[in-house]
Parts: sequence; C-alpha cells; structure tokens
Amino acid sequence: MDVKNIVSPENLVYAKPELMNDNHMHYCPGCSHGVVHKMIAEVIKGLDLQEKTIGIAPVGCAVFAYKYLDIDWQEAAHGRAPALATAVKRLLPDKMVFTYQGDGDLAAIGTAETIHAANRGENIAIVFINNGIYGMTGGQMAPTTLRGMVTSTSPDGRNVETMGAPLKILDMLAMLDGVCLATRVSVHTAAAVKKTRRMIKLAFENSMAGKGTSIVEVVSTCNAGWKMTPAQANDWMVENMFPIYPIGDLKNI
Amino acid sequence: MAEEISLMKGNEAVAHAAIRYGVDGYFGYPITPQSEIIETLMEVAPWETTGMVVLQAESEVAAINMVYGGAACGKYAMTTSSSPGISLKQEGISYMAGAELPCLIVNVQRGGPGLGTIQPSQADYFQTVKGGGHGDYKLITLAPNSVQEMADFVALGFDLAFKYRNPAMILTDGVIGQMMEKVKLPDFRPRRSEAEIREQCPWATLGKPASREPNIITSLELDSTEMEKNNVRFQAKYRVVEEQEVRYEEIKCDGADYLLVAFGSAARICLKTIELAQAEGIKVGMIRPITLWPFPTKVLSELADKVTGMLTVELNAGQMVEDVRLAVNGKVPVEHYGRLGGIVPTPDGVLAALKEKIVKY
Repeated sequence: MDVKNIVSPENLVYAKPELMNDNHMHYCPGCSHGVVHKMIAEVIKGLDLQEKTIGIAPVGCAVFAYKYLDIDWQEAAHGRAPALATAVKRLLPDKMVFTYQGDGDLAAIGTAETIHAANRGENIAIVFINNGIYGMTGGQMAPTTLRGMVTSTSPDGRNVETMGAPLKILDMLAMLDGVCLATRVSVHTAAAVKKTRRMIKLAFENSMAGKGTSIVEVVSTCNAGWKMTPAQANDWMVENMFPIYPIGDLKNI
Repeated sequence: MAEEISLMKGNEAVAHAAIRYGVDGYFGYPITPQSEIIETLMEVAPWETTGMVVLQAESEVAAINMVYGGAACGKYAMTTSSSPGISLKQEGISYMAGAELPCLIVNVQRGGPGLGTIQPSQADYFQTVKGGGHGDYKLITLAPNSVQEMADFVALGFDLAFKYRNPAMILTDGVIGQMMEKVKLPDFRPRRSEAEIREQCPWATLGKPASREPNIITSLELDSTEMEKNNVRFQAKYRVVEEQEVRYEEIKCDGADYLLVAFGSAARICLKTIELAQAEGIKVGMIRPITLWPFPTKVLSELADKVTGMLTVELNAGQMVEDVRLAVNGKVPVEHYGRLGGIVPTPDGVLAALKEKIVKY
C-alpha cells in the first residue's frame, strides 16, 4: 500500500478545522496560541455559530488572530476588548461575542475594562492566554510574571518588593457576581486540549444563553520568550506556572 | 397640530435628539457640565421604546471603546463628555479614524488645562481640529450656537459620519450645554433593522454569512507600503470633505469694513457686539464657522479682499485665529480677543477689543 492509497477521504480521521484559513501563522513554533485558535475554530463550527460570532482581537501576540479564523472580527486598542465586546453584545444580543486576550492586555492595561465588564455580567466569553510574559514586544515582564522570573524588564528576576507579585486576576474575577464561569485550563497534553475545547464550548454556550461573563484562562507557554525548547517550556510551565495558577474551575454555575 | 416646541437645556436637547434620530447605543461617563445628557437618557429610558441601549461606562476610555465596538457593527453609537474626559477618549478617536468607523462624540467644553474649571471654554479647538489623538487624521467638527443646533447637529453629525465613515464631533461648551432655550425637536425615526444595516454598511461586523468574506475592522497594517496607501486614501477622503461639507453663517458681511470670526457661544456674544458697533457707526460683520473642520477657508479669503481687518473672538488664548490667518494669508490684519479659564467675554469687551485692535486700521 502506498501513500496515495492511504490518503483518501474514507481514511480521514482528523482535519484542519473548516473555519481556519490557509494564512501563514505568525506564531512561533511551540507557542500555545495556535492550538487555542484551533479549539475556538472547532467549537464555533461545532455549535454552528459562524454566522452569529463576532470575535474581538487584542493587542499582543494575538493581534492578528483575525487573520486565521473565517469569522467577523474587530481589532481593539490595547486592553479595551471587553469594552468593545460589551457594546457588541448589548447591541446584538442574539450574537456570540468573545474576546481573545493575553495577560498584558487583560491583566495590566485592560484591568479596568475586564473587571467592569465582568462585574456587569456582560454575556461575553473571554479567552485569556496567560504565558507570564509580553511575547509580542520581545519578552518584557507581565503582571502575571512569576517571582524571580527573568525578563527583559526584570533582568535580575521579578522582585516582588518593587514589582509586585504575580497577579491572579482570575481569582479576582471569580469573586464577581456577574461571572458565571472562571476556569483555568492548558493545552500541553492531548487530554488538556480536550478539556480546553470543552470549557471554550461552555463559555460560548454561556454567551448565547445570556448567563453572564465566562473567562477561560489558558495557562500557556511562550518558549521563545522563555528561551526554551517547546518541550522544555511545557515542563517548566507544569513545574512553575501551575503552582501559582492551578488548573481547574474557580467558578462554574 | 401645533408645532411641538419645548424649553430645555442644550444637553437635554442632545439626549432627546439622539433618541429621536434612532441612535442604537449611548455610552458615557458623568462629568460636569454635560452630565444632563446621560441623566436625561436614563430618565427617559429609551430602551423601553426605541430599544436604544444606554450604558454608564466605568471610564471615558471604556465609553469610547464601547462606541468603537458598536460603530464596528454599523450601529449609530455615541458618547458625550467634557474636556478632561475628551482627552481620555483621544485613543479611541484615533483608532476609529484609522479603522474608518462612523460615530458621534459631543464635547461640552470646560476650562483647562488639567482639571481646570467647570465653567465654559473653547480651549479644545486645537485638540479637536488639529488631531488630539496620534496619527494623520481629521475629525468632522460641528460647532452649535444654540439649543436648536445642539438638537439638529446630532442628526447632521451622524449623517456626515456615516457618509464618510469617519468620527464626527459636536464641539460645544458649558454655555450652550447648560442654557435653556426653545427648541423644536426632530421627528422620531425608527431604528434601522439588522437587514438594513447589512445593506447600508456592508463592512459591518454582524456575523459572517456563507455568502461573503469575513469583515474585519482594524486600524493595523504592519506593511508600511500598505499603511501608506491607507493614509493616502484617508487624505483623499478628507479633501472631499473639505470640498463639499464646509458650513458657516454669514452675518451682515455686505458692506462691512471689519469682520468678526467666532463660533458657538462666542458667536452669540458677537451678535450683540455687532448691534453695539452699528450704533456707533462701525460697520462690522461676522463669519460664524459651523464646521470647524472642514474650516470655511474660502469665504474668509474672499472677505479678506473686502474688509480692512478681522478679529477672532474665542473662549481661549487664540486657537482658531491661526486658521483664520492661514485663510487670509496676510491680506489683512487678523487679531484675537479671548477670555480664559472659564470666563465668558462680554459684548462690550468684544467691542472694545475690536476698536483697539482692528478699527484703527
């Protein structure tokens, strides 16, 4: 049996999600973003929401998220995605509205927009990529950077005396009455990916059901920014990120 | 049926006009002297009648970004604020100019800089017509001088914004926002359906049907060759606006020896000055720019051949005077008279300045 016989429709067991186009991705090899994009594409298709979805892209590594998924997108100013999403969902209550934000976008410059959208219980889903670093701008310290972690703006390691401790913003968000789902997931194993897909699906269903704000924090790797191989980065994340950002539901009602 | 005339503040007129125009979403944050706009909307509760969304945001920054989100869906979205709050909105205004999003912003100016005062001012002229936010962009700017124009310019602002896919601003001040006058409010128009918006705004992000490519609203383009093309396209659009949308009022300019140039509340004061001057035998007319951008350059240039001097009257230290001088291009002297920090000039003060600075020529 040669390759031509094997590559045929009846043997197809897995395919690129229909909503992902052929644009060349700008993400570094090993980065978590591509996997999460794929989950979102699969969930939107699975829920048959393509015609009802409006995505809000952030500033950060995912600034070009709109290039890869064939849905309607708005590109927000840095940190403001929840404000855009608030208006979109209020004005178009029958649509599915989600933001896709990194830790700098969501937990630093956009803290106010994030907290207040969640406190109002806006019926939006927030996919939050936490890799503890500013990837796009070249590896500077983020609010989520771990204690002692070396970045280009904390070259001697994050000193919590002068730079603050890692911000557990999901814990803050979970306290708010407007939040119906606050969960932490990852995409470093096949099982973790399956769980992430399930939680993104729940968040998108919550948006359509008008249950309140859903936040899915994906504890992620930035092997380029962390200066590791993809495999090393996965191990480092498990050993160092998970103790500070434990995987699991903080709230799911 | 008798004509429907109401007595109300300029700020209240903006709120009622917005509901009647069929605005889809208002997003604001309280600040003096314009809080009556959101208070009126919350009192009238248009979500129960027209379905208009009214939301008090956590900041002016959030409010303008909510306007971005709504505008990107092709909706009529607006915000209002006063000078310090408008400074915070500059980020969103620049992004909307870059993403070519239509919206309406109202600035009920107060005296600055900084927290300044809550009294009226026109010191945000430069910020509004010269940029404010970053990048080469222009903001369509309307300057009402009455409560009636506060109501009328809501429709005009949205019409121009959507015609050119560009943000528009009503630049007014605490005098016009707070004073009560008679006003005839516009008739109610139904809000547009989603199908109508899809037809009128094919670029709007309303969810992608199988029949078209994704709609993407962004101001980002990393390829500088493409970004230059975007800028060239914006500039071409601005030239069309400058050619076609200049609006101004010409008052007693026939046979005038001198010219006052003033907008908004300052122009109301100058009407009285013109009467006082006439009584003294001084023939002075006025150009009242209604659009501050595009600026009425051509008529000022033409009048510079007929008068011997011009005086701009502004509630600031001399901002519009620079645009008048550019228009006049040295043909006649152009001087400025203004009061600062929330003080409003008097008709007598303007007349004295006119005599001192201009009539001598």
